[in-house]
Amino acid sequence: MRKMMLLCLALVFAFANTAFSAEETIKIGVFLPLTGQNAFGGQLELEGVQLAAKENPTVLGKKVELFVVDNKSDKVESANAVKRLIEKEKVQAIIGTYGSSLAMAGGEVSEKAGIPQVGTSCTNPLVTQGKKYIFRVCFIDPYQGAGAATYAFKTLGLKKAAMLVDVANDYSVGLSKYFNKSFTKLGGQVVSTLNYQSGDQDFTAQLTKIISEKPDVLFIPSYFAEGAIIMKQAKELGATFKIMGGDAMDNPKITDIGGSAVEGFVHTTFPYDPSMKNMTPMAKKFTEGWMKQYPGKEPNVNAALGYDAYMIILDAITRAGKADPESIAKALAATKGFQGVTGATSINETHDAEKPVGLVIIKDGKKVYEGEITPDL
Amino acid sequence: MNSAMFIQHMLNSLTLGSLYALVAIGYTMVYGILRLINFAHSEMFMLGAYFVFWGITLGQLPWPVAMALAIAVTASLGVLVDQVAYRPLRDAPRISALISSIGVSFFLQNVAIVFFQAIPREVYRPQWLEDPIITHGVRILPLTLFVPFLSLLFMLVLLWIVYRTKAGLGMRAISKDIETSYLMGVPVNRIIALTFGIGTALAAASGIMWALRYPQLQPMMGTIPGFKAFIAAVFGGIGSIPGAVIGGLALGFIEIMTVAFFPDLAGYRDAFAFVLLIMVLMFKPTGLMGERLEDKV
Repeated sequence: MRKMMLLCLALVFAFANTAFSAEETIKIGVFLPLTGQNAFGGQLELEGVQLAAKENPTVLGKKVELFVVDNKSDKVESANAVKRLIEKEKVQAIIGTYGSSLAMAGGEVSEKAGIPQVGTSCTNPLVTQGKKYIFRVCFIDPYQGAGAATYAFKTLGLKKAAMLVDVANDYSVGLSKYFNKSFTKLGGQVVSTLNYQSGDQDFTAQLTKIISEKPDVLFIPSYFAEGAIIMKQAKELGATFKIMGGDAMDNPKITDIGGSAVEGFVHTTFPYDPSMKNMTPMAKKFTEGWMKQYPGKEPNVNAALGYDAYMIILDAITRAGKADPESIAKALAATKGFQGVTGATSINETHDAEKPVGLVIIKDGKKVYEGEITPDL
Repeated sequence: MNSAMFIQHMLNSLTLGSLYALVAIGYTMVYGILRLINFAHSEMFMLGAYFVFWGITLGQLPWPVAMALAIAVTASLGVLVDQVAYRPLRDAPRISALISSIGVSFFLQNVAIVFFQAIPREVYRPQWLEDPIITHGVRILPLTLFVPFLSLLFMLVLLWIVYRTKAGLGMRAISKDIETSYLMGVPVNRIIALTFGIGTALAAASGIMWALRYPQLQPMMGTIPGFKAFIAAVFGGIGSIPGAVIGGLALGFIEIMTVAFFPDLAGYRDAFAFVLLIMVLMFKPTGLMGERLEDKV
């Protein structure tokens, strides 16, 4: 009997609580990988979102409430996380996620429920393809792959490329395809493409083969932890070619793990880095805010994208003048020239962000922001 | 493929294979004596590597000291795990201890995620391990010479313990019949604790070697090497110490040569390697060295 009474009481409170908050606040859900393989990127993005929410706690005179769910770097958990945000927390918009395959799994749920979702750093074109409610603040892999190819072929004058690709990862397979396409179109030649599978730690067989083909550049569209190990083994086997990668290599830890082996490594990224020389006012504001909020921790591009994802939703709500999911989605689709930390962002007809491709090079054990490149598409 | 390249591939196989062998020795030893597949072996492997890292970064210890200390700490942890998770199940059906070891494995993995965090961490490598020796267009890493030697050494030491010492006599008795060993006055629990201590020390040593070769630490780092080493142990004949070494070397060799000769299959080399292993097991179901009973410790 006492249990029953407690239960009733709990229910009353629960209902009272939802009824109360639905009136007063705007609810934004966040689903990111906070544990598992992608935890490092997910954590930074969450901190970016939280910083933005702290600096901009209200919109249309209402308080914004954040609901954070961990998708555990897992596709199934990702779909569950979004389901929970929509059904239990009744959010009006969703931010997430790091990782294209996670974004796709979660996106299916948001699309069905008609809740707008803004991706942070999911760069595979399939994430938003044919979706009405899915958007993102990052550019997509064809654009990034073309940026890397343009830099290798035109700026550095490298003519022969090899690739080492993770066949078990959508991002890696996609990005290698786009790099290959652009590099060949520019007049270069891809002499060797070898594969591996997520979780592999020995790449000596593949690298020995690649070295024997004598390429000018090796493109590795992998995540930073694997990338660092690949570069270490390549150096041990005597590789002298240039090594390039994509935005998933953008992580402060890469120099710790890779040591001298990552020297000279170039990767494409979103146009934000604490080391960039000409910061936009927005980027400056973000960097200063971050330093104050998380002293001793360096901001990175993932944090900046998390920040931008929150801000672009607030911008859409302001322009729409109301905060129902349908109006937010409409306003998001119409975003033009939104001033974000990672550059001026417009959402195009496929719901992808159009912004320049940034380049980072590792010099003397430090990440140095080289500048932007407009890819030859 | 020219000869320098082929030799390079051979050397790569030797490094990878002897690392598998090193992990497999510990696996097979515990199995040979207790008939228990100790899934927590992978986590002891991971902890060993992490303890060296903490010893060097937090304790400011010199590298060899940190290494010895890490092996000792991990070995005591192995004995503790035996006391807590396996000893109460000594009389239970064998499957219960197996499930318990899976439980320990998950538990340690999650503890590591909480305390060490999931961020991959760097590994300190002494300079003499960094620079490869270059001759005739072939690059030999110091570790390539060192790890096979270590695997062989551990194999011989283990064979000596099992066949030439009194404790080894106890181990062999336990592996035949645990009940009768009790009756004959064999200090069963002490011998089993010793077995776990040695097995875990081997796991820690192999984890440290692995981290020197693939310099990156993360809480899940033991899973795949542990899994591969288990397969290698079965392939060589589980329970047989020389079998584990042969199985490990064979697995490394098959994996590397699959990529060397069929580069298009590189992404699926595990599948390819395992098809070969299954074929061997079809003709020799007890593994390469597993048929004669005397070989089992």
